[in-house]
Amino acid sequence: MKKSTIKRITGFAAIAMSAAIFAGCTTAKTTTQGNDQTGNTVKIGVNMELSGAAGGYGNQMKQGIQMATKEINSKGGVNVNGKKKKIKLIIKDDKTSTSTSASVAAQLVNNDKVNAIIGTATTNAGTAAIPNETKAKVPALSPSATDPNFTLQKDGKVQPYVFRACYQNNFQGGTGAKFIYNNLKAKRVAVLGDNSTDYGTGLAKAFKQQFKGKVVDTQYFSGGDKDFNAILTAFKNKKIDAIYAPGYYSEIGLIIKQARQIGLNVPIVGSDGMADAKLVQIAGAKNASNIYYTTPFSKTVAKQNPVAVKFMNAYKARYHTEAPTFSALAYDSTYMIKQAIENEKSANSVKITKGLANIKDFNGVTGKITIDSKHDATKPIAVEHLNNGKVVGSTQIK
Amino acid sequence: MILKANWKYNLCWLILMVAGFYLMNTLILVGVINSFLENMMVTIGINIILAVGLNLVIGFAGQFSLGHAGFMAVGAYATAIIISKTPTAGAFYGSIIVGVIVAIVAALVVGIPTLRLRGDYLAIATMGAAEIIRIIINNLKITNGPSGMFNIPQFATWPVIYIMACVTTLIIVNFIHSRGGRAALAVREDEIAADSMGINVFKWKLAAFVLGAATAAVAGSMQASYLQTIAPSNFNIMESIAILIIVVLGGVGSITGSFVAAGILGVVDAALQSFGALRMVIYALVLILIMIFKPSGIMGATELSFKRLFNRKNKKQESGC
Amino acid sequence: MTTLFQQLINGLSLGSIYALLALGYTMVYGIIKLINFAHGDIYMLGAFWGYYTINYWHFNFIFALLSAMVVCAASGVIIEYFAYRPLRHAPRITALITAIGVSYFLENGMSYLYGADTRDFPQVIKQVNYSLWGVRVSNIQILILATACLLMILLQLIIKKTKMGRAMRAVSVDPDAAELVGININQTISFTFALGSSMAGAAGVLIGLYYNSIDPLMGMTPGIKAFVAAVVGGIGSVPGASLGGFLIGLLETAVQSVGLSAYKDAAVYLVLIIILLVLPSGIFGKNVKEKV
Repeated sequence: MKKSTIKRITGFAAIAMSAAIFAGCTTAKTTTQGNDQTGNTVKIGVNMELSGAAGGYGNQMKQGIQMATKEINSKGGVNVNGKKKKIKLIIKDDKTSTSTSASVAAQLVNNDKVNAIIGTATTNAGTAAIPNETKAKVPALSPSATDPNFTLQKDGKVQPYVFRACYQNNFQGGTGAKFIYNNLKAKRVAVLGDNSTDYGTGLAKAFKQQFKGKVVDTQYFSGGDKDFNAILTAFKNKKIDAIYAPGYYSEIGLIIKQARQIGLNVPIVGSDGMADAKLVQIAGAKNASNIYYTTPFSKTVAKQNPVAVKFMNAYKARYHTEAPTFSALAYDSTYMIKQAIENEKSANSVKITKGLANIKDFNGVTGKITIDSKHDATKPIAVEHLNNGKVVGSTQIK
Repeated sequence: MILKANWKYNLCWLILMVAGFYLMNTLILVGVINSFLENMMVTIGINIILAVGLNLVIGFAGQFSLGHAGFMAVGAYATAIIISKTPTAGAFYGSIIVGVIVAIVAALVVGIPTLRLRGDYLAIATMGAAEIIRIIINNLKITNGPSGMFNIPQFATWPVIYIMACVTTLIIVNFIHSRGGRAALAVREDEIAADSMGINVFKWKLAAFVLGAATAAVAGSMQASYLQTIAPSNFNIMESIAILIIVVLGGVGSITGSFVAAGILGVVDAALQSFGALRMVIYALVLILIMIFKPSGIMGATELSFKRLFNRKNKKQESGC
Repeated sequence: MTTLFQQLINGLSLGSIYALLALGYTMVYGIIKLINFAHGDIYMLGAFWGYYTINYWHFNFIFALLSAMVVCAASGVIIEYFAYRPLRHAPRITALITAIGVSYFLENGMSYLYGADTRDFPQVIKQVNYSLWGVRVSNIQILILATACLLMILLQLIIKKTKMGRAMRAVSVDPDAAELVGININQTISFTFALGSSMAGAAGVLIGLYYNSIDPLMGMTPGIKAFVAAVVGGIGSVPGASLGGFLIGLLETAVQSVGLSAYKDAAVYLVLIIILLVLPSGIFGKNVKEKV
C-alpha cells in the first residue's frame, strides 16, 4: 500500500510540476503604471482594523479620516491640476488579521482601483498588505505603524510605496530615555511594556538601548490585561526612580491607578499611545499625577497650532469627546494625501507616491511633518506632564 | 494492490486536480482572476490544508484538539526564519521539511501526555499547549517577538499552495483508507471495543494527531511565505477556533465538507470586508443559524466519491436493462 | 514579608474575580456538558448594563448590581432558548461552535452599537485603602472577595438544599432518567443558565467598579482563564471552580512577582496541563469510570 501511495504522489507531483513550469512561463504580467484617477472623484482606500483586537483604535482612525474627507469635500474637493475633484472613500475592514489585510489591499488596488490607501493601524497588518500595494504601485500611508523596519525592505532600502505619519519606535523610545535621564534625573528605571504588540516591545527595546541610567527590571503585560498589582508590588521593592511604560491608554491608565493605590508614587513615563482623554478617566484624576508621555499632539503645543485647534473643536462638535491621537494621525494622513496630489498636480497613484515622498513642512494637527528618505514622518516631539489629571506643562525635546 | 483496485477513481481525482489547476491558470492568464481573487483562493487553499488536517484528528480519530494554530505557528516560523536567512527555493522546500519535523516533535511532546485525556479536557489541554508555543515564540529573539517577521521572500505562489493542498489531502485521505485510518475510526467509535480487538488505541490516536500537526506546519509555511508577514498573534486561540469552525461547518468526518466550508467561508469573508464593524456580527449570525438548522454541518459525514458515482451509474444501467 | 503578604492579597483578589466567573462556567458545563464560550460576554453585558444604568439612570450601586444580575439572567435564558436548546441532541461540538458564534455575536454586536473603545466605569463607591502593617487592601477588593465567597456559599446551598438544586443534580447525572421521574428538563436548564449568568452579571459590575475600565472585548481573556480555572478545579463542581479561580489568581501573581510576567499565561497553561495529567478530571472532578 505504502509503495503505491508514494508512487501516486510522485506521479502526481510530476504532472503538477510540469503545470507549474507552464504557469511560470506564461504568467509574466504586463507592468502597470499605477491606478489613474478617473471620473470626478479621487478614490482613497481605507484598509483599517475595524474589528478584532485593534478595532477600537481603527474606528478612531476611521472617524479622523471621515472628518477630513468631509471637510475637504465641503470645500469642493482636491485640486487636481486645476480641477476640483471630490474624495471618495472606500473603507474596508481587515479585522486585525494579516491575511485579511493582504486581501483587502488586493481588492482596493485591483477591483476598486484606488489612487492611494490609508492604513493600516498596526504594523503586522500593514506589512502583509505591502506586496499587493507594491505590485499595483499604489502608495499606502499608515497613520500608526511604528516598527522601525516597517517602511524598509529586507536589504535596508526603503519600501517605495509605504509611508507612515507617526514616529517610529527608536525615535520615540529614545526621546523617552533622554527625558527620564536629563529632565527627571532618574537613574534607576523599571520598564513595563505591552507585550502583545510591536509598539510596546519596540519602544521598550529602543528605550533600553538608549537609556543611560540603569534599567532595573523589565516586565511585560499583554493587551486586555487588567491586573498589574503583582508586577507593581514587585517594582515597589526595587527602589526605582521612575517607570517607563510604553503601551496604550487602556492598560496604562490601569497601571497608573493601581500603582498609586499601592503607594508607588514615582513618575510614570509613557508614549503617544497614552495621549488620550480616557487615560485620566480610567486612572482617576487624583491618581494621574506625575505622569509624562511623549507625544506629537499635545494640548499645550496645539494651542499655538491653528490647524490643531480647528481639528480639536470640530472633533468635539461631531463626536462629543476629546479628539484621540489616533484620529489626529488619521486626519493628518488624509490631508497629506491631498497635499501630495496638489503638489504633483495629478492623482495617479505613482504620482501620489512621489508627492508623499516629497512632503515637507506639512502643517498637520500633529505638528510640522516632513517625510524623510526612509519614508518616516519627522515632526517635533514634546513631553506632556499631567498633574491631578490636568495637563500642566509640556517640554520640547530636541 | 489498492492502486490497481482503485485506479479508476484515483485517475478521476488526478484528472480533476490537474484540470482545476489548468482552469485556474487559464483564468489568471485571461484576467478573470485578479490578485484579489487569487489572494482569496490561496487563503482558501491554506485553510483547506488546515481544516483537512484537523478533521483527521477530530473527525476520524475522534480527538478533540483545540491547538492546531500552535503547530501552524511552528511551520510558519521555521519557514520564515530559514528563508529570511537564505532566500532560495531549495531553502524554502527544506524549511517546509524542517517545520514538519519540528511540528512532529512538538506534537509528540504535547500528544504523548495529553492524548490520555478525553473530550473537553483534551481540548483545553491542547489549547493550553498551543498557547504555550505561541507565548514562547512571542518572547524569543530569533522570532522577533510580537513584531513578528516581515519581508519574508515569497516562494509560496498559488501553484505551490495548490499542489500542497492536493498533496496533503491525498496523504490524509490515503491514511484514512489505510489500516491505520480504520484503526483510528475504530478508536473514535469506541475506545474500549477497539482496545479489546487488539488495536493499539494510543498509538493510532497519536499517529492521527501527529499527522494533523505535520499538515498544519505545512499550512503555516505556506502562509508565512505567501503573505510574507507573520506575527505570533496570527496563531492565537482564535485562529485554532477559526479552523475548528471550518471543520464543524463542513461536517465533522467529511473531507469534502472541509473543502466546501473553507471555500464558502473564504468567499463570505472576502465579501464582508466592506461591512466594517458589522461584518463579524453577520458572520456570527450565519454561524449560529447554520449550526441550528444543519447541526451536522453542510456535508454531514458524507463524501464526494467517484466510486459511489460509478457504482450508482452501473446500478442504474443494470436496472435499466 | 510585607511584600509576600501584599502579593498574597493581590493574588486572592485576582483569584476571586476568576472564581466568580468560573462558577457560571462550571454550572452550565455540569448540567449540559457545554463549554459556554459566551459566558465571558455575558459578564461584559453585565458591566455595560451597570455602566449605563449608573451613568444615565443614576442607579445606586446595589440596585445596579441586582438589576445587572436580573438582566444577565434573562439574557442567559434567552441565549439558551434560541441558540442552545435546538441543539440539545446534536453533537456536542456543534453546540460548542454555536456558543462561539454567540460569543462573537455579543462581542461584535456591542462593538458595533457602542463602539469598541475602552470606557471608564462610574465610581459609585469611593475607593478607600486600608493599610495594615504595610499591607494595603482597598474596600473594593474586600467587597469582591466577600461577594465571591458569599455567592459561592449561596450556590452551594441552592444546589444541595433546594428542590431545584436537586433537579439540577439529577439532570446533570442523567437527563433521561430525570425526565422519567418527572423533572422538567427545560425548566431546570433554564434555571441553571439564569443562575450562572446572574453570577456573571454580578462579576461584570464588580469588576467594572474595581478596575474602572470596560470594553466589548473584556470578556474574552478572563473568560478563557475562568474556564481554565473551572477545569483545574474539576468542571461541574462549585467548590472546585472557586478553588481553581483562587489557584490561578495566586499562580499568576506569583509568576509576575518573581519577574517572569511575559510567561504568566504560559505558566497557567502549563500548570493546567500538569494538573490534568495527574488528576484527569480536575481537583474536585468526579472520575467517571467507563463501563464496557
